[in-house]
Amino acid sequence: MINYDLVVVGGGPAGMAAALKAKEEGVRKIIILERAETLGGILEQCIHTGFGLHYFGEELSGPEYAEKFIVQVNNAEIDVKCDTMVLAISEDNIVTAVNKNDGLIKIQAKAIVLAMGCRERPRGALEMAGTRASGIMTAGTAQKYVNLDGYMPGKKVVILGSGDIGLIMARRMTLEGAEVKVVCEIMPYSGGLTRNIVQCLDDFGIPLRLSTTVIETHGKERLEGVTIAKVDERLQPIPGTEEYIECDTLMLSVGLIPENELTKNVGIALDRVTNGAVVDEMRQTDHKGVFACGNVLHVHDLVDYVTLESQLAGKGAAEYILGKAPESVVYVSPETGNGVRYIVPQKINIKNPNDVKLYFRVGKIYKNAKVVLECDGKVLSSKKKVKLAPGEMEDVTVTADVLASMNENSKITVRVEE
Amino acid sequence: MKKELTCVACPLGCQITVEYEGEEVFSVTGNTCKRGDAYARTEIVNPTRSLATTIKVINGVHPVVPVKSNKPVPKNRIFDCMKVINETSVNAPVKIGQVLISDILGTGADIVATNND
Repeated sequence: MINYDLVVVGGGPAGMAAALKAKEEGVRKIIILERAETLGGILEQCIHTGFGLHYFGEELSGPEYAEKFIVQVNNAEIDVKCDTMVLAISEDNIVTAVNKNDGLIKIQAKAIVLAMGCRERPRGALEMAGTRASGIMTAGTAQKYVNLDGYMPGKKVVILGSGDIGLIMARRMTLEGAEVKVVCEIMPYSGGLTRNIVQCLDDFGIPLRLSTTVIETHGKERLEGVTIAKVDERLQPIPGTEEYIECDTLMLSVGLIPENELTKNVGIALDRVTNGAVVDEMRQTDHKGVFACGNVLHVHDLVDYVTLESQLAGKGAAEYILGKAPESVVYVSPETGNGVRYIVPQKINIKNPNDVKLYFRVGKIYKNAKVVLECDGKVLSSKKKVKLAPGEMEDVTVTADVLASMNENSKITVRVEE
Repeated sequence: MKKELTCVACPLGCQITVEYEGEEVFSVTGNTCKRGDAYARTEIVNPTRSLATTIKVINGVHPVVPVKSNKPVPKNRIFDCMKVINETSVNAPVKIGQVLISDILGTGADIVATNND
């Protein structure tokens, strides 16, 4: 058995930021366990720019954003094991992992940060008729083929789902000479950032068809085409609206799922909406000493927010390890009011002496609405928003003063007012 | 003339209204920062985009290394730039930040590596 103060599962932007923050806060023995060959996580294949505008104030590509943290990790006396798969976490925080050099390893940790990220919803999760022809893949898989392997997966492309990865790949494939015929989105709005619709679709005249889905794929060995159809309010295909589109590639960008197998196996409570752990303001789960941050906790649209959140988790883990966490704990759970789908963190320790930011997503598009934060029937803040969209994470701050004035029966609510 | 734009300078995606005549911009409203103002003005006069792609590496760990233009290039030269980049190959090792093609097609932008290989 090896002993570490902190074990970080995952060496992407979340894991690296959490480890670095914990180190800065005074934690001595830290190890990052990463499944892939290198640190960096999914950023390594996200070669487009737009990362770091909030956090670094400059426009970086994914690998550049990752590199800034990789360099810091390498200089910070943080141990790293790549090519290492974590298999299990025990009740008493023993991490079991395996790799080619060490075989099976067991690490006793004082605290653990879960930073495993998320994975793409695959074809199997969709009700789509057709054979198993090649040429059907998730947008992220296509992104790996093109950006890391230098391999073009197809020439005529249909994209299902307008998540950001799908939009980014529409542009990427177009730049490399493929014809992107259409992006279909089953919802009446896009799940991606507006700027991506503008610079990835509009710039190249790629049509975005809302309330439209792929109902059938054609072709036996290789994909030959797809049938698309409009859907009604209940998302059911409308007979008579079917249209055949010839293509050799179908890319899916239909949602991301936090990768929480380890979390589930320890018995940590999950939030049914986010599919991530239920956490407090320092991102501690209901399992003492286990923290979660980044896309494994809830899917973020900006890596900058992942970094900020992971620093909180790193700080929380450090306080836990060093015995600096607030001794008394009185949790209050923020409630989701009108229009709000979820809030992270799901609970706040009102004895926490700092401001707490609540991150949330809305369930549909709002124009000229207000985000209202309420405590015990009193409006604490009301912020005007020109636009609120499900694809864009919002936040609202509960100040330390307000927290100090609360008791265990206090009710705090975030809602949208039209 | 009036034109509605969605700013792409950052992920906020502000809705900007530009009033202009020919190449003369009278007003820019709806933006929440200076970058938005600048974006709206160039978008009317000479739209530009930053370009991110990959370039072939010889004897590298990966077959390609990611690159970007270190400043935006004119939107109508994007595909010409892609052609030049795809006809170029570089020898490993490549260092992050290394200029691989300088002043591509006279646009004033360098194509730089955004990862090591």
